[in-house]
Amino acid sequence: MFTGIHFIPADTKIGFVRLRTISWVISALLTVVPLLLVWKVGLNFGIDFQGGTLIEIQTKESVADLADIRAKVHGLNLGEVQIQEFGAPNDVLIRVAAQPTEKEQQDSIAKVKQVLGDQVEYRRIEVVGPTISSELIAGGTVAVVIAMIAILLYIWFRFEWQFAVAAIASLVHDVTGTIGLYSALQLEFNLSSIAAILTIIGYSLNDKVVIFDRIRENLRKYKKMPLTELLDLSINETLSRTVLTHVTTFLAMMPFVLVGGEAIFGFALAMVWGIVIGAYSSIYVAAPLQLILGVKRDGSMASALARTKAQARARA
Amino acid sequence: MLHFPQWKVILVFGVVIAGIIFAIPNLFPRATMETMPRWVPHHQVNLGLDLQGGAHLLYQLDENEMIEDWLNKLRDEVRETLRKDRVSYIDLTQNVAGRTVSVKIRQATDYDKAYEDLRKLSQPVGGSFGLSGAYNLDVSRNGDDGIVLKMTDAGLTQRMNSAIQASIETIRRRVDAFGTTEPSIQRQGRNRVLVQVPGISDVERLKKLIGETGKLEFRMVDPGANAQQVVESKQVPIDDELLYSKDTPPVPYVIRKQVLVSGENLVDAQPGFDQRTNEPIVTFRFDSTGAKRFARATQENVGLPFAIILDGKVVSAPVIREPILGGSGQISGRFTVPEASDLAVTLRSGALPAKLTVIEERTVGASLGADSIASGTKATLLGLLLVVLFMFAAYGLFGLFANIALMVNIALIFGVLSLIGSTLTLPGIAGIVLTMGIAVDANVLINERIREEIRSGKSPVAAIAAGYSRAMTTIIDSNVTTLISTLVLFWLGSGAVRGFAVTLTIGILASMFTAVTLTRLMVSYWLRWARPVLIPI
Repeated sequence: MFTGIHFIPADTKIGFVRLRTISWVISALLTVVPLLLVWKVGLNFGIDFQGGTLIEIQTKESVADLADIRAKVHGLNLGEVQIQEFGAPNDVLIRVAAQPTEKEQQDSIAKVKQVLGDQVEYRRIEVVGPTISSELIAGGTVAVVIAMIAILLYIWFRFEWQFAVAAIASLVHDVTGTIGLYSALQLEFNLSSIAAILTIIGYSLNDKVVIFDRIRENLRKYKKMPLTELLDLSINETLSRTVLTHVTTFLAMMPFVLVGGEAIFGFALAMVWGIVIGAYSSIYVAAPLQLILGVKRDGSMASALARTKAQARARA
Repeated sequence: MLHFPQWKVILVFGVVIAGIIFAIPNLFPRATMETMPRWVPHHQVNLGLDLQGGAHLLYQLDENEMIEDWLNKLRDEVRETLRKDRVSYIDLTQNVAGRTVSVKIRQATDYDKAYEDLRKLSQPVGGSFGLSGAYNLDVSRNGDDGIVLKMTDAGLTQRMNSAIQASIETIRRRVDAFGTTEPSIQRQGRNRVLVQVPGISDVERLKKLIGETGKLEFRMVDPGANAQQVVESKQVPIDDELLYSKDTPPVPYVIRKQVLVSGENLVDAQPGFDQRTNEPIVTFRFDSTGAKRFARATQENVGLPFAIILDGKVVSAPVIREPILGGSGQISGRFTVPEASDLAVTLRSGALPAKLTVIEERTVGASLGADSIASGTKATLLGLLLVVLFMFAAYGLFGLFANIALMVNIALIFGVLSLIGSTLTLPGIAGIVLTMGIAVDANVLINERIREEIRSGKSPVAAIAAGYSRAMTTIIDSNVTTLISTLVLFWLGSGAVRGFAVTLTIGILASMFTAVTLTRLMVSYWLRWARPVLIPI
């Protein structure tokens, strides 16, 4: 009977933690380079965070005359205007900068509609006034911070503080890495980007928890094993699962990047990237950090409790 | 571990079948479902505005305007009270920023009585059973002769609540005139109203209809003043006001401040056509008070022009040819047919308590929505296919179990979404896809554990039992962390993003059932049936 392909052999002995000097450098780069990118290149903030008007149109002609549209909209003197093709050659995205008041913001749509006339189809119009955009910035930041704190508390409650700190550190790594992608590709950074980041946080943590679980189990099992070895053992034991689960999620999300349409492209790409970077940080950031933080082997309340529970389970 | 009591088996199958039954209606077009008999479950998943097209408009009530209105009324009440008491006063002023009306009493002998009577203007604020102890005004003495009436926070909140409530009702009446299905009008936060109208195409007209305050007034034109001269000299006679018409270029009128009749006295307004000129008009009817006032005013002013004013703009200024006693009349102002019908709706629905401004707008055309559904479905099916193939490749028979559980999981998501009437958005579809990854992850964890247990030399049954029980804590831990961030997302998000959080939450919870319990049931049946010596994993 077909037993399934063992994609990852059962007894890998890769020295993930042993080779940590190299991985530290890569991790540091993955954290610092995005920050530099954001600092130097900046993020392409969407209207959610910057305010403004976004109009997606589809022209009757098979190829839109961008120059003509640009000339018409620029003639309105609405401040900064961006015009770009969006997905298809006859699909055009027009972005008008935020206007000083909500009223002028509303008037700007009417003006654009007037110069473009009825010859185009208005597929989407989004207007975010100054009030809302500042609230969304605050809300988005608060959400990411709250999610991090809640997760920190949960991990601390379930494991020990070292695990919680390692988890948060690797999440910071994942978040900066994702923001770096937005900056490098100049993808629009909007509310759904925050959603992507929050989901990546949750999903990537999922993975760390599995490895932490194994580390904790092995800490109890091999009381004398040096920590470096023990960490490598735990990572290798869970390696097959780590790889397989990321591959399935990657396979599930990838079609969204390829055929999901422009509306969700940025979100899907960030997710896919987050899946990859999350897998990396589980192996190369979260686990090795235990070495620095120094997990306690026994004595602490948490591990004593866990031991008792484990014994109870074993008996049952 | 692998033994299932009878009741549990029934329960598991019950949940699976119920999920499928409630999900099935989504496979048919809505029209087909409506022809089905009543007992067939017919709830379908609501599509979000981004998938079916429609308008999402967030309005904010102008708080300052509301305060100003209230202060104006309060000042009138103070004047009225002091007049009744025959108290003479000076410096009756209002301050919008400080939310106060202040007055100075001339005679020291009147001071105490005036203070006592003005204090009576303060009303207790509702609360539950009126026991909150709060009042809407804070009346205090200021120096030797001053009295200050300040709106309290509780009073302002109460005002705001009733203003928002009134706005929602007015907006509902106006949106209903469009005849679209299931518009949703909800309060958001302190001073906002969210209007969502699915499937609407003419959003500009909708915005115009909602955005009009709709304050209608009938006032006399000052026959003694020449509007052109007033515009040039900028000297508006006292008791008069300079207003313009809605024409381009606007025509100035000098209008009396006194209001003869206002829109509050209107009971009906309908669009129609003038019998002589065939021009679109709006006909209206007053209630009895309005009719009496209008009759008296027109009797006294035959031959003089009066003005019909809507939101501070002169719509028309006809000359009164004869007294209008029947309590009904007509407004003509060179309208187009849709303009006349929208004006009738605005007047019928009553005025908004204050001006509403659009602070966020998201409109999606029906064609984009259809495109999103098509590409979302394509991506989901493709993703599902890849996951299913990969799981089978990786785990063989056990991958097949996981795949069946995955299908049930998706059915459960749709079943629950249909049942709770939640909304499916494009990010929501992405949430389903992510759920597929997370759901099979549970099976990956279990299957990897089983492989490990087999390697450590356990018998098939023991290895499977240990695999499920050992993987369980890990599955719970890892799902809880994902749920934490999903809940934050739900709390933060609006509209489309919230849809993502909803499907992901339902999916994760459902996966705890399908990926764990359901596959275990399948495995236990298979063990009993095949009695394998080796587990094919």
